[in-house]
Amino acid sequence: MCLAVPMKIIEIKGEMAVVESAGLRREVGITLLAKARINDWVLIHAGFAISKLTRKQARETLALFEEGRLFG
Amino acid sequence: MAEKNRLAALADRLRHFPARPLTKVMEVCGTHTVAIRRAGIQHLLPETVKLVSGPGCPVCVTPDHFIDEAVSLARRGVIVTSFGDMLRVPGSRSSLEEERAAGSDIRAVYSPLDALEIAAASGRETVFLAVGFETTAPAIAAAGMMALERKIANFSLLTALRLVPPALQALMSEDARLSGFLLPGHVSAIIGRQAYGFLAARRLPGVISGFGAEDIITSLLHLLEMINKDIYKIVNTYPRGVRDRGNARSRAVLAQVFEPADAEWRGLGLIPSSGLRLRPAYAALDARRRFAIRVDGAPARKGCRCGDVLRGLIDPPACPAFNKACRPDRPLGPCMVSSEGSCSAWVTYG
Repeated sequence: MCLAVPMKIIEIKGEMAVVESAGLRREVGITLLAKARINDWVLIHAGFAISKLTRKQARETLALFEEGRLFG
Repeated sequence: MAEKNRLAALADRLRHFPARPLTKVMEVCGTHTVAIRRAGIQHLLPETVKLVSGPGCPVCVTPDHFIDEAVSLARRGVIVTSFGDMLRVPGSRSSLEEERAAGSDIRAVYSPLDALEIAAASGRETVFLAVGFETTAPAIAAAGMMALERKIANFSLLTALRLVPPALQALMSEDARLSGFLLPGHVSAIIGRQAYGFLAARRLPGVISGFGAEDIITSLLHLLEMINKDIYKIVNTYPRGVRDRGNARSRAVLAQVFEPADAEWRGLGLIPSSGLRLRPAYAALDARRRFAIRVDGAPARKGCRCGDVLRGLIDPPACPAFNKACRPDRPLGPCMVSSEGSCSAWVTYG
């Protein structure tokens, strides 16, 4: 339920922003961040950006979604 | 390749870690429950370590009474919108999924903003089931503020929001055998590391963890190390997602709309100041007030030990109904309904 996905801000429209990741676009709220700029990577949860990430952190986080069974 | 070797080395360290006898670690995040079992991290634990799931799945801790309230709204012709996981949870008489099959307008949404758009487009009374922890509550608060700004007067919230630290405090008082906590990553992204200061005072360490296998194994190693050395700190191994101070803006939005209130948790009972209610300035958004909802007290759920699972008292297979009368395709209780529930994770990933 607290899942959050890294996406990149590509457009800002007032309280909302268009974010993109892996070709998927969504419109999300940015009022929960003190500052949000175009090209920022952000963690999206329940339709809102809740945290900022560096590009490297975003890439590392996205790679985790590919993990499957590793042990046992 | 280097990454694989690093992961294998970490896994080996955990397997052979000289943990104290009777070490009991609790994770308090449904996303961790799933990540741990999907990767098979439970197989790496040293024999002396028991890892239990706590009340980390919002759908699971929500009392039956709340489902009954939502069902009663749906039967009145109100559009009920909710995160999808809630729909299959059986209340004392029926679930929202059953009500939808019977003709009620119940819609699964990804965000409270989707619910707001449904309200704006339909012009009909639309209620959003506000379920979740500190991660989700700011998003719901922000959507509520937007509803007032945009004068969408037919939008309201049926709230069952819950706060993680008061639940941890209740668990600590109840179970003296807990050795430490694996703390939720995205709840902590909002509340920050400081919010767990009370753990140290009770001689319990905690590690804020991310959600990858490497994150979780690293966090468990930190935690076991602190337990062995009697160190009672809160360590953040998830700086990718969590700043020590959390997200102050999110907390400010949350505090503008909601205030703490006593709240009922499945399994844990009533915990002081562990929930959120709308502040008087936002009372117009309160579905309970708008619709004067009255439902009887829900009877105790028979044959389901979800409450004991949520307190870390039993593992799911110890419930007589587990994977027999209660299965993912026809669940008796919320720990099996929610994809993040312990019972569901045990069946799905073994």
